[in-house]
Amino acid sequence: MTTWLATQVWASMKCNSPVQSSLWSTDSPSVGGHTLPTLTMEIVHVYTKKRNEFGRQCNFSDRPAELHVDILPDPSLASNFIERDPCDIPIQCTQEMSEHEVNTERFESDTRGINHVEGGWPKDVNPQEMEQTIRFRKKVEKDEHYFSTIMQLGSNMEHCIKQNNAINIYQEYFEEEEVVEESEEQPSAKTINVFRDPNEIKRTATCLSWHPDGSCKLAVAYSSLGFQNISPDMSYDSYIWDIENPNKPEMTLKPVSLLVCLEYNPKDSHILVGGSYNGQIAYWDTRKGSQPVEMSTIEHSHRDPVYKVIWLQSKTGTDTFSASTDGQVLWWDIRKMSEPTERLVLDPNKKGNLDNALGAISLEFETTMPTKFMVGTEQGLVVSCNRKAKTPAEKIVCTYSGHHGPIYALQRNPFFPKNFLTVADWTARIWSEDIKESSIMWTKYHMAYLSDGCWSPVRPSVFFTVKMDGTLDVWDFLFKQNDPTLSLKVCDEALYSLRVQDNGRFLACGSQLGTATLLEISPGLCTLQRNEKALATAMFERETKREKILEARHREMRLKERSRSEQSKDEDTKEGDGEESVEELATRTEAEFYEIVEAELKKRAKEQEKKVRRD
Amino acid sequence: MAEVEETLKRIQGQKGVQGIIIVNAEGIPIKTTLDNSSTVQYAGLIHQLVMKARTTVRDIDPQNDLTFLRVRSKKNEIMIAPDKDYFLIVIQNPSD
Repeated sequence: MTTWLATQVWASMKCNSPVQSSLWSTDSPSVGGHTLPTLTMEIVHVYTKKRNEFGRQCNFSDRPAELHVDILPDPSLASNFIERDPCDIPIQCTQEMSEHEVNTERFESDTRGINHVEGGWPKDVNPQEMEQTIRFRKKVEKDEHYFSTIMQLGSNMEHCIKQNNAINIYQEYFEEEEVVEESEEQPSAKTINVFRDPNEIKRTATCLSWHPDGSCKLAVAYSSLGFQNISPDMSYDSYIWDIENPNKPEMTLKPVSLLVCLEYNPKDSHILVGGSYNGQIAYWDTRKGSQPVEMSTIEHSHRDPVYKVIWLQSKTGTDTFSASTDGQVLWWDIRKMSEPTERLVLDPNKKGNLDNALGAISLEFETTMPTKFMVGTEQGLVVSCNRKAKTPAEKIVCTYSGHHGPIYALQRNPFFPKNFLTVADWTARIWSEDIKESSIMWTKYHMAYLSDGCWSPVRPSVFFTVKMDGTLDVWDFLFKQNDPTLSLKVCDEALYSLRVQDNGRFLACGSQLGTATLLEISPGLCTLQRNEKALATAMFERETKREKILEARHREMRLKERSRSEQSKDEDTKEGDGEESVEELATRTEAEFYEIVEAELKKRAKEQEKKVRRD
Repeated sequence: MAEVEETLKRIQGQKGVQGIIIVNAEGIPIKTTLDNSSTVQYAGLIHQLVMKARTTVRDIDPQNDLTFLRVRSKKNEIMIAPDKDYFLIVIQNPSD
């Protein structure tokens, strides 16, 4: 049987070209007298209509039937099928019913106040006139009936008031005992609200920032990170949402280009700074409206989208710094945005060469360590830098390698600033500042790319990650190290950003279609457990020590290798290309192994002696 | 007349009392110790509430009638003494 693909080409009323209907097939028997080239048109039927005939009524006429296609049955094709015997057909002798679901259109409700207007005044009294109302009132007060009623009601009322004052019937008479929550309640997270991008063309919610006081507002930056994915109709707006009202954003921020990241100033809750797709930095004052108060000049801004902007700790509270994949980290004072106050090029060779620079994707700054900051790069390196260094070469202190992809999130543990979390490629890793070669703890490789992560601000051992398959993972490494404690599918599309509120209870995650979901996590995951700090400290120390030992080991082995390779270079020239047999290889490795073990034991013995001598 | 004043003063002097309003059957506040906008709001809302409460009580037992209504909320307690022609409303902060 030939396969048919039917296409019909409809022409608009305005064009003059004929409307064509054609059937395309892969073979080409000639039918209807048309011989056609292979692979293309099989049957062509052309409808033509003169332009001046448009709009005229149709004149139908009869014509005899035409045979267009006659497909004869081909019994040889039956050999491709097998008759099925017996056939299983379920039959149910009940009423057939069908299930339908209907979702009503979203009903937008608005809250409005009503002005309660006084009513009930008799016709001759104008409620606006003070005199008339006072006169009316005085008249009522002189009424005898009023007098008796009020006396009676008054005594009644007094009785109740005194009753209230005597005993507070709702008072807690027994102090609530401190119930120690040892009950192993299942960790859970509940979606509270979903904030959708109100625009037609959905953009990704790339960055979220909570309002610094009280966290009742959430600023969401929307942009499209796909390469050249920006359509001309895409709106550039980013929104500030009030978490109680998911229907309409509280405020709109209108930048010049899509905002990739957005941060509230922790010192002044009216100021927000945003980094945009075209490399500029802008800052807003929510009291002044939707337009940015000032924007950085294009010549001095970044040349690539600004992926992260963070506020710095300073006396004036107006310093920020930003990072972008063009390899620069720029410092700004928002009062003077015309040029950055400082510039750092992330050149691993420390020469300040922009061509060599590593693209920065994330930044980390902890207010308790104001001189240090870290940058996560596209190449998978974490660069630790010193702000106070004099020369640019000294600014870059060290690098940590271990990731295979861009580092999307980088954050120090709020309780243990020496340890930091990085989220990149398919894993999340925890590092210790002292160990540069590898991370001290890491998660397994997941099926989906991890896109963002952060520590819980209240529990030192809990952190959150979001993945490209739309799941949110809550990890508690004191409880379970191999798997997340809680894995929750937030939405079907990829999640790109995550931010925990300062009380550790609420978190917001942003997805590819611009939906920001507000989740509340169960109290077990946001209250500090009894020995948690101590246990976490112990775990970090243990892992750090393990890594240190491994690092030392590697160094030793490398040294040995190097020395051996130097030796073998001389030996190679003496020996031929004699390949060792398997047995010889085995004995050699065995000997080496024992050598190494003995050496290690001797070293340990020496160390023990040293210790004993010291004590 | 003076006794009415005295009674109201006594009530006002009780511990925790925040305000007193006397409303007539038409919803017109006759006497009040609160500001005008709150008074008007209370007058309008409470009237409806009392009507509803009264009909509820009478529906259950036609021989019964509403004598007193207390609305306790997180922040305070609203006590309403209804009568045929007037309501006496007192807002009190319960003793903590």
